[in-house]
Amino acid sequence: MTDAPAALRQTPLHDVHVELGARMVPFAGFEMPVQYTSILEEHRTVRSAVGLFDLSHMGEVHAGGPEALAFVRYAVVSDPGALEPGQAQYSMLCTNEGGIIDDLILYRAEDGYLIVCNASNREAVVAHLHALQARGDFDATIEDRSDRTALLAPQGPRAAELLAVLTDLDLAGLGNYRSIRGQVAGVDCLVARTGYTGEDGFELFCDMRRAVGLWRALMGAGASLGLQPCGLGSRDTLRLEAGMPLYGNELDLTVNPYEANLGRVVKMEKGEFVGRAALGAVQQAGPRRKLVGLVMRDNAIARHGYPVQIDGREVGMVTSGSLSPTLDERIAMAYVPVEEAGAGREVAVVVRERPYRAEQVKLPFYRRPKPGEG
Amino acid sequence: MIPDDRRYSREHEWVRADGSIGTIGITSFAADELGDIVFVELPEVGRKLKQFAAFGVVESVKAVSDLFAPISGEVTEVNDALNANPELLNTDPFGAGWIAKVSLTDPAEADQLLDAAAYQELTAG
Repeated sequence: MTDAPAALRQTPLHDVHVELGARMVPFAGFEMPVQYTSILEEHRTVRSAVGLFDLSHMGEVHAGGPEALAFVRYAVVSDPGALEPGQAQYSMLCTNEGGIIDDLILYRAEDGYLIVCNASNREAVVAHLHALQARGDFDATIEDRSDRTALLAPQGPRAAELLAVLTDLDLAGLGNYRSIRGQVAGVDCLVARTGYTGEDGFELFCDMRRAVGLWRALMGAGASLGLQPCGLGSRDTLRLEAGMPLYGNELDLTVNPYEANLGRVVKMEKGEFVGRAALGAVQQAGPRRKLVGLVMRDNAIARHGYPVQIDGREVGMVTSGSLSPTLDERIAMAYVPVEEAGAGREVAVVVRERPYRAEQVKLPFYRRPKPGEG
Repeated sequence: MIPDDRRYSREHEWVRADGSIGTIGITSFAADELGDIVFVELPEVGRKLKQFAAFGVVESVKAVSDLFAPISGEVTEVNDALNANPELLNTDPFGAGWIAKVSLTDPAEADQLLDAAAYQELTAG
């Protein structure tokens, strides 16, 4: 039996998860479902039909005021000036030294900008943004709306079909990384075509008091489509297959975007922003290490923390690894020195003190079929 | 249902003795706790196992767990089916998911283990 410390927070859907038989675990200070039936089953359901995730633990921070755009442009590495109304972009907050404070999704809203950040970094992100704002260079406001915001994410090839049952919004007209406000099952939502699974899908932001009703409506409408509730276990295997980084594994304060294959997110040409000088230097000289994909060629699973060797020398570390349910391969991501990086090149991963062969591969491991394909 | 033709360790392994050969495995309780099992590191034939010592590894999607020998003996056979189908430990841990057979060094060690009723009680709580 697990002893849940009294300090753990719960999302509005906690009791629903327990009712559904979820195995609950502590994550980023919340009690969250890691699986309901089986991680492998939930993973396959997202790839073949539609899965529903409770992501209400994540952070939602609103930047408003007359100079909200200028403020956000200064804070993040990407250029939100390029966003059309409702459009979103993947981005990062970096320190002056170019280390990553968090990776996040930034949305252009009617009244400012919405920053959606990792649950584990919410406090750090809010503190960082408040400190920047307090310098007084921009007439902007920062409001942490996390505690009143719930986030439900239907993900999978049938997610649009599911949502269409519950909303009059024009989903066909809602492109990737676009969002729109409207009602889903009678609940006011920001509907975003974003996700962390590599499949088509949506993220629905609503008032936390409406979360249970929205969840139940989605579960009801999804029953005939093969919808399953999915936990953090499958969320991790899905994003790993899709080659997406996880803060705390691939990204942290010691990592710069160029090492993590995220150089394209950094927009130097937009002007001054936090970390610009340091990142400019990395961009000029090139990163010294690089995040690569690995597929195990010997009989072992590579996991976070396992050493990576080349010719018997330790050169790096596995950042994430598991079995890929879709590919039926043991996959991993790791940092290696840039001169050793290259698809097809061999490394060894040390598992329980023995080296096992792995082959470097291009990321992502999995790409969803385009319409008209298999 | 916990089969009553075998003995159980507190680490959720079982041993079924047939004369001087013991078949060992993990229980359904252990398999359920682990979730989807995706990898088993089997001991080598000839390896000498010591009761309660670690002898191999079972991996779920998220975690790596040691296997502890419920009884001492020399490994005479391992279940190669677990290489291609580790999920047998989830679907049939008491039957097709057996892990290894050992030639027992000291059959009386089984007295250190729980019978089915006692194991049932241990895991009911």
